[in-house]
Formats: sequence, structure tokens, C-alpha cells
Amino acid sequence: MADLNELTEKLSLLKQEIEAKIDTFSDSKEAFEFRKGLMDSKTGQIGSLMKEMGKIPNELKADYGKKVNEIKAWALSKFDELEKTLKEKEMKKRYEAEAIDVTLPSKMRPVGYLHPITQVKNQIVQIFGSMGFDIFEGTEIENDYYNFTALNIPKDHPARDMQDTFYLSPDFLLRTQTSAGQIHVMEAKKPPIKIISPGKVFRSDDDATHSPMFTQMEGLVVDKGITLGDLQGLLNVFVEKIFGDGTTTRLRPSYFPFTEPSVEVDVSCFQCKGKGCKLCKGTGWIEVLGAGVVNKKVLEGCDIDSDVYSGIAFGIGVDRIAMLKYGINNIKLLFESDLRVLDQIND
Amino acid sequence: MLVPISWLKDYVDIDVSVEELENKLFSCGFEVEEKYQVGKDIENVVVGLVKKCDPIPDTHLHVCVVDAGKHGEFQVCCGADNVEAGKKYPLALVGARVYQTAKDHVTVEGVMTISAGKLRGYDSFGMLCSGTELGLSENLYKGAGYNGLLVLPDDATPGEDVKPITGLDEWIFDVSITANRPDCQSIFGLAREVAAVLQKPLKQPDLSYTETGVTKELSVSCEAPDLCERYISHYVYDVNIKESPDWMKRRLTLVGCSAISNIVDITNYVLKELGQPMHAFDYNYLEGHAINVRRAADEEKIVTLDEKEFSLTHDNLVICDGKKPVALAGIMGGLNSEILDTTNEVVFEAAKFMTDNIRKSSRSLGQSSDSSAVFSKGVYEYTTVMAMKRALHLIEELGCGKVSSTKFDVNTGNSIEPRELTVSVSKVNGVLGIKVPDADIVRVLKNLDFSPVIAGDVLTIKVPAYRLDIETYQDVAEEVIRMYGYDHIVPTFIPTAQVTSGGYNLRQRTELKIKNALCAQGAFEGMHYSFFSPSDLDLLRLPEDSPLRHAIKLINPINRDLSLMRTTLVPQMIHAMAKNQKNGILSGRIFELGNKFIAKDLPLKEYPDERETICIGVFGEDEDFFSLKGVLEAVASALDIKFDYEKEEYVFLHPYRSAKVLCNGEEIGLMGQVKYEIQDETDMRVPAYVAEIDLKALTKYYGKERRFTPLPAFNEEKRDLCFVMDKDVTCASVEKTIEATCDYVTDINLFDIYEGAQLGENKKSMAFNLVFTPKNEELKPEFVDSLIKNILDTLNEKYGITLRA
Repeated sequence: MADLNELTEKLSLLKQEIEAKIDTFSDSKEAFEFRKGLMDSKTGQIGSLMKEMGKIPNELKADYGKKVNEIKAWALSKFDELEKTLKEKEMKKRYEAEAIDVTLPSKMRPVGYLHPITQVKNQIVQIFGSMGFDIFEGTEIENDYYNFTALNIPKDHPARDMQDTFYLSPDFLLRTQTSAGQIHVMEAKKPPIKIISPGKVFRSDDDATHSPMFTQMEGLVVDKGITLGDLQGLLNVFVEKIFGDGTTTRLRPSYFPFTEPSVEVDVSCFQCKGKGCKLCKGTGWIEVLGAGVVNKKVLEGCDIDSDVYSGIAFGIGVDRIAMLKYGINNIKLLFESDLRVLDQIND
Repeated sequence: MLVPISWLKDYVDIDVSVEELENKLFSCGFEVEEKYQVGKDIENVVVGLVKKCDPIPDTHLHVCVVDAGKHGEFQVCCGADNVEAGKKYPLALVGARVYQTAKDHVTVEGVMTISAGKLRGYDSFGMLCSGTELGLSENLYKGAGYNGLLVLPDDATPGEDVKPITGLDEWIFDVSITANRPDCQSIFGLAREVAAVLQKPLKQPDLSYTETGVTKELSVSCEAPDLCERYISHYVYDVNIKESPDWMKRRLTLVGCSAISNIVDITNYVLKELGQPMHAFDYNYLEGHAINVRRAADEEKIVTLDEKEFSLTHDNLVICDGKKPVALAGIMGGLNSEILDTTNEVVFEAAKFMTDNIRKSSRSLGQSSDSSAVFSKGVYEYTTVMAMKRALHLIEELGCGKVSSTKFDVNTGNSIEPRELTVSVSKVNGVLGIKVPDADIVRVLKNLDFSPVIAGDVLTIKVPAYRLDIETYQDVAEEVIRMYGYDHIVPTFIPTAQVTSGGYNLRQRTELKIKNALCAQGAFEGMHYSFFSPSDLDLLRLPEDSPLRHAIKLINPINRDLSLMRTTLVPQMIHAMAKNQKNGILSGRIFELGNKFIAKDLPLKEYPDERETICIGVFGEDEDFFSLKGVLEAVASALDIKFDYEKEEYVFLHPYRSAKVLCNGEEIGLMGQVKYEIQDETDMRVPAYVAEIDLKALTKYYGKERRFTPLPAFNEEKRDLCFVMDKDVTCASVEKTIEATCDYVTDINLFDIYEGAQLGENKKSMAFNLVFTPKNEELKPEFVDSLIKNILDTLNEKYGITLRA
């Protein structure tokens, strides 16, 4: 191997051999193994070339080394390229093999939802809670005094006919209104009072639009200088937050024995923005709650000085708001635990 | 309340449109629930003059040429027997809408649209109509009751709309009257409000009449002044019973009252017009020529005008003659003193009976009338006095009798003069939160006939005797604002209120946390009625003496299925699961957080225990006892407590798949698979599991303070151990023993159970993963080995447990 020309020829033959071989690989592992063999310092066709160095005359050593390194670098880059190409091909195949129908159903374990009434209740509580209202929950079974008498509805009062009451005994009944909670609060606590009182209420009414059990939320503010204007101001904030910006209220006269003046509160239709649609029956307004200035007789009955303090109260139909908000068309659906209904509302 | 606008116009000049009138009423507190014209279904019916009328041979029909003025001339076939040339009839043009009648030409079957047609080969363009086809009865329009064509007046112009001619254009409002305004349950009462809101003068009803000076033997007394504060009666003679005049019959018909005969019609007319129920007795049937108002004797009998017999009690008020009851006070007259065609002397009654008594009697006897409905809301003596005068005036106006001088006014001395009331103007404004100008206050109160005077801050008004609802400055504020307009209110945001904190309290927050934890387990929150059915207790197969059967009963339930306050939430949950399965949903999780009601004694004398309870139901082939247990543990985890389970049998649960649930040794609930018998009975296709937890018992764990435990400085050691034991050793007993033996063990997880021949008969193996947490120094493997040896020794000693080879 004293002749560099001989070496050059040998190397170019080797090059041709490798190039021919490279085209035959289809597997990156095989290619890697081949390259390893080729570069093996003892047995490899390229790797072992350096072993020959000792046999090379000194004056030729530099050229020899250069040529060997050249082919080594050439082979390495050739194999790098080859392996890269092969790996890309293999990945592509793997990806192809793992193709899926992305529209197949998910594997999520679905969570359940709170009841629509709970959802609305939470929203209302959040609104009033942030304004400093406590939440008072009375009992479903009340006595006659708290449900009627203390609310300025004495025994012979025609207003008792407005509410068909379920009686459990001569004295005890199922509360017909969460207003009963007002009295318990005013007896227990002196002004300033700001509470809302959500709960189930009952009336002997069972038809397409009435359920014998439904949910109300009473609101009560008693402090110095509370006016009808405050009632509307407070309710304007409430309806904007629950039904969306721009929703406003309209007051019109009504009658409840425990408030004077009493008002029905209509909200501007949040669906048609007051233009008139099916939801608001073309009027632009939807009746949602009853309210008023707390009757001084009620305050006085709870030992609150009506010369110093005044109050406002409102009763929100939580079911009604849930039905309006979510477009639920039948109140009975709220009490049937029909999963087809419950899994539709997640507000 | 039905209000014909033309009747209102007797008392107020209404010069606004019906829409504006509706809005005005609405703004001052009277909602018009419905407004309609009498002929709301009728369209395109005009006056038709029959110019030519030829019989169609071999039929009862005629072919007519009808002149419909500007609409043209039409050939119309007609089958009525009273069609003749030269007369005018209603002509329904092609495209018109009229009522369709049955073959009898009397029964209305719906509304039809007229189209061009052909009868016996003759073209017919329209239809000549009967009164019935226009929705008219004899009482609404004279001649309309005839079973044939309605003959129109000679002066009607062909082509003109028939509605104004026949009164079909009359507007009727159905007005809802709130319970605080019984004074408005009449045409005149509402007219007062209309006059006030339109700022028009109110015309008074004609109350004039002349007494003849004739007297007659009659005595009137009242033994129950507590139930009858005023009883006015007047004797009328030379009575001539006949039909009322057309205008009266029409008005009564429009307000839904049938016309009977002049005397009865007058009482009904006054009721509708003034809101005072009246009654007329046939004088000749009043034995002893006496009237006495008293409480009925127990079991006293009366037969009312509608021929129903009632057995009365001391709580019912009756009007008696010298011997017997002749009327059920305020509800209905007796058959024995009814006005007949032969009646020629009557005694009129106008009275104020007590609201509560009439309402109760009407309810308990199940007998009601227009009168009792009005009395039940309230009648004022002011009106009682007025009504009698009005009735006597009508007697004269109708010329159907003579007003004698025999009259009685038995009363308790209540004044019917206005009451003076003084309130502070600033307090009135203080209620409203705005300053209503004094002039406006005076104006609106004057319109309401309150004769207001303001001097400084003092407002003095004279409250009419029919406005008992006006007592305080708040009532005055309401009168002012409803007439001044609620749109004047300026919304404010409680500027004078003190700042308070708010929001959910601990219990409310914790309950929401529990609910959210359950939702995270895939459970949906349901809500069921607080009452359930006695059959629900049977569904659970509860024995007769089960405490769950000790339920509070509703005295007046809607039906039996809603007649008991629930003592458990389980049956409704079972029904909910069954109903979902019926709907084709064969897997699901539902929970409810609600009260059950535990009475201390029955009937209720004190508030019962309303216990917050959680009920969880899961169903489906993919669910089992342990998946339900998992849901329960979500509750425990939300409260940072631990539940224990002990095998227990319940009558409604699978005897081998049910457990009681404990917390710190206290029984707090139950869980298990719903018995197959119940599954079958409720048509459930897949197994169902139910748990009930007494949340009230857990409230003591609410708000448990959370403290951070620093992460261990040294690594935990985990070891897997497989024990062999007798089959009846429970997992819980192994876990408890390990926990009690070694306090380095902080977690124990069962990961495998095996039973097989190589273990031997009645043996099983359980494999646990034990977590050993170091305390103050690193856990050396040899030390852990020694801990395990100790555990094994204890387990072996207690249960004969060995390590599996």
C-alpha cells in the first residue's frame, strides 16, 4: 500500500460500493447497523483504514490520512442523510398507520350539572350577596302567624283567597310565600337588614302552568330612608345582571297586604329588547316579580319603629326566571329529574 | 270582571281610544286581561236589501238579488222562511266570517268563511244571515233569536257594516280587580277610577224615586249584628212581572248574566252596576210578614233557588221569615220565597254581610253565586244604601211596581260619611323617594274625590266611605303615585343604607360544595316535591310500624299522591330512575338535596324537624354497589371526613348488597342496590342503586379547618403485601387492624382479590399497597420490614391471616 494511487482507486471503488448499497436500504435500523460495521475500527472497511497508517511511508502519511478522513466524512454524511430520509419515511408510515376518525365520540366521563333552579339561585345570591345581602332560609312548614297574620293578612282577609294554602293542622301549613322569612329575620335582627330568602313554596294549584311546589326568593331591605326609588334602583341592577345589559324595569300598581304601595315589576323583554315578540306577547315587557314598600304595620308588628325605619321587599319567582332565561316551556319539567332536561342547562 | 264600555260611558265621558283606556287603567292598577268586541269573530257582513226573491222550484230555497250598496249586487240563494223582497238582512259577502251552525241552525259549531257556491244549479255569492250566525241572541238584539234571517231596520243603508247597527262593535273589557279594591268590582266603581285617571267628571247614578205613602205590615230585625252590620229592606207593591226592557237585557247579557224577569233583573243589574248584591222576596210567601236575620240552627234545612237542599250549622247566616229560613244570606235566595210570574208584592233586600262569614259558608256548603263572590271580597255600607235607592229608581223607571213607604234600615251605626285623615306630605314623598309637587298631590287626590287640603307639611283628606283601604300615609302615597305615574319614580341605589356584608353562610357554602362534588361524579341535581304518596311507603315495603310511616298529612292535598310530607327521599328517587329508563336512558346518576320532615307529634303542634338529606341514585349496567360508594365518598371528601360501611339489611334493598353508612361511629345513612322486586314493580330494566345520607347529622363537620401538612423530608416507602385469610374476613377489618397496629402507615389500598383452589377451601387472598410515611428520619428498609412483621403478627393473631407464598 505504498502507492497513493492504489489507495485512491481502492477508495473510489469502496465509494461506489457504498453508494450502491445505500440505495438498497429501506429500514433505518439496518442502515445504522451497516454503518456501524463499516466504521468498526478493527473490521470495518473504512474504520480499519487507519490501522494501515503504520505501513504507510512517513512522507505519504499526511496524504493518506487526509484521504481516509475524506472518505470517512463523506460516508458519515451520506449515512446521516440516508438515516434521516429513512426515519422520515418510517415516521410517516407510523403516523399513517395510526390514523383515526377524529369525529368519533370522546372518552370524557361527563360531569353532572346543578339543577337549573340551583343555578339561577346561585346567580341571584351572587348578585345580592355582593350588595351585602345575607341569605336566610326559612322552613318549608310554617305556622299561620308567620305566613299570614304577621304579614298583615288576618284571618278574614280576602288575600288569603289569593293563595290556595295547604294546611297540615289548624296552625301549621306549607308556606305559600318566602315572605314568611321576613318576619323571622325582623324579629331576630334589628336594622340595618338586607336579606334574601330563597326557598320552596307551595300552593294548591296544579295545571299546565302551575306546580304545587315552586321556588321563590324574597328580598328585604330595612334601614333609614329606604324608598320606592331604592326598590327600582336595586331591581334595575338585579335584572341587568341576570338578564343582560340594558334590561330595565317598569313598575305598575298591584296589591300585596304586606307592602304599600305594592307594585308588579315588569322587565323589558331581553329577547326582543322591548320591540315586542312571542316571549313578551308583543308588549315588550315580561312580568317577573312583585314588590313594594314594606307596610308599616308589618314593621311595627316586629317592633321596628316605622317612624325611623322603612323597608322595601320583593319576591322573585326563581322557577319563572329559570324558565325565561333558559326557555324551559313547562314548569313540571323542573321536578321530574328527567336527565334529558337536566343535561341541557349548564350556565 | 266584564265591563261593557258603553255602560261605563253612562258615568264618564270617555273620549279616548280603547287602547288608551286600557293603558290608563293598567297604569293605575287595573289590568285589562282581555278586550274584545262582541262581534270579534264577524267580518265583512253588510246590510243587504233583497230586491228580488224567487222560489227555486221543488225546494224551500229562494234565489235572491241582493243590493249591497257600494259592494254591488249579488245573486244569493237562501233557505230561510222569512226572506222576502223589499226587506233588509245581514249579508255575509264572499270572504266574510260568520259562525257556523249545526243543522238545527241554533247550535254554534265554529267560525266559517263564506265562499261563492252553487245551490241546485244557482250561483250564490254570499249568505243572508240569522242572528245566531252573527253571534247575537234575542237578549243582545231584538229579533236575533228568530230561527231564520235577522231582519234589519228599514232605515239601514245597503252596503253599510252591520256591526254598529246590531251592537256587534261594542267593546268589552275583562278587568282584573285586586283584592284590596272591592269597591271597584262594579261598573260604577270602576267608573270612579276611570273618571279620576282621565280627569273627567264622574256622573252619579239616578237614585231618585217617590214613595207613595202606602204602608204594609212588615217587621225586620237582625239577631246577628256581628255577621250583618246593615240590613235595608223596602216593600214594593203593584208589581207587574214581565220581561225587562231590551237595554237592560242586553247589558245583563253582556256581563254574563241571564235576563229572567224585571224584578230579578233589577237586583242583578244593581249588583253589576254598583257592586251591591240584592235580593227580592215575594211578600206573600213571608210567613208572619216578618224578616229576621240570624244564625241558622244546627241541622236547619234550606232549599235554594237552584233546588239544592242544604243542612246548615250555627256558622251559617240565614234570612228568615216569621217561621223558617227564606234565604241563605249573601249566597242565594230560598226556593220558598222565589219571585214567580204571579208575584205582585216584593220586599227588596240590600245588606252588608260580613266578608269572612259569607266566604266560609260559601266554601263549606259548596254553594256560590255572583252575590257570594262579591260579598267574599267585600261590600261597603255606602254602597248598600245607594243600591237600594237605585233599585227603587229602576222600579219606577221600568214602571213595574210602586215604591211604598214601608222600609227598614237595621244597622250598627257605622257612618257612611267620609273620614278625615291627616298625613305628612314629607312622609308620603319619603315612601316614594321623590318630591311630588303639592299641586299634583292635590290634583290626583281631588280626582279621587278625597277633598285634599295641604297646609305646610300637613295633608288633610276626606276618605270616602267606600275606601276603607286608605288608612296610613303609605296608602296615600300609593294613591298619589298610581295616579301621578310610576314612571316618575327615580331609581336610586339605597344611598341611605348602611354597608353590610353578605353572601352564603357556612352551611349554604358547604352544601353547594357537596353539590358540586356530586356533579363532578357525573351526577345531575334533581328536585322533587316535598310531599309524596302513601303508596311510596308501600313501594319501599315498609312495615306498618316503620317510623317512616309516621308522616305529616296534608289536610287538603291536591290528590292522594301528594298527601304526605316525605319522611325519606328514596321513593321519589326510585321513580325518577324508573322514569328515565322509560324514556330510554339506561344509565345515569341523579342526586337530590332536600328536606325530609320528621314530626315530633301528630297532628302538628310545633315545628317539625326539617332534616336536610342527600339522596343519590345511580342506575345502569355499568354501575354497581362500589360505583355508588365512590359517589358517596365524594361527599365525604368534600367534607374532609371518612365514611365507614357496615353490612346491614333494609326492606327495600338487596339483602346482600346493602350497608349502613357511619361517620365516626354515628349512623348517618344507608346505601345499596334497590331490591329486584321494586325494580320490577317500577319497570326498571337495569339495576338501580340508592343512598340516603342525613346531611343534618354531618353539619358538625362543616367548616373543618384545613391545615397544610409539610411535604415529608424523606421518601415514603410503598410495599405490596398479599394476605391469605378466611373468606368472611372483611376488607375493612384488615384495614382497621393495620391502621391500629402501625402509625407509619398513612394509606392502604386494596388492589386485588383472588379466590382459587390452590388457596384452599373458604380462603381468599387480598393484596394491598401500603404507604409508610417517615416521621423524623429516613425509613430504612430493615425498619419497614420490622413494621411489616409486626403487622403480620397482629393480623395472624386476630384473623389467622398469613402472607401468601
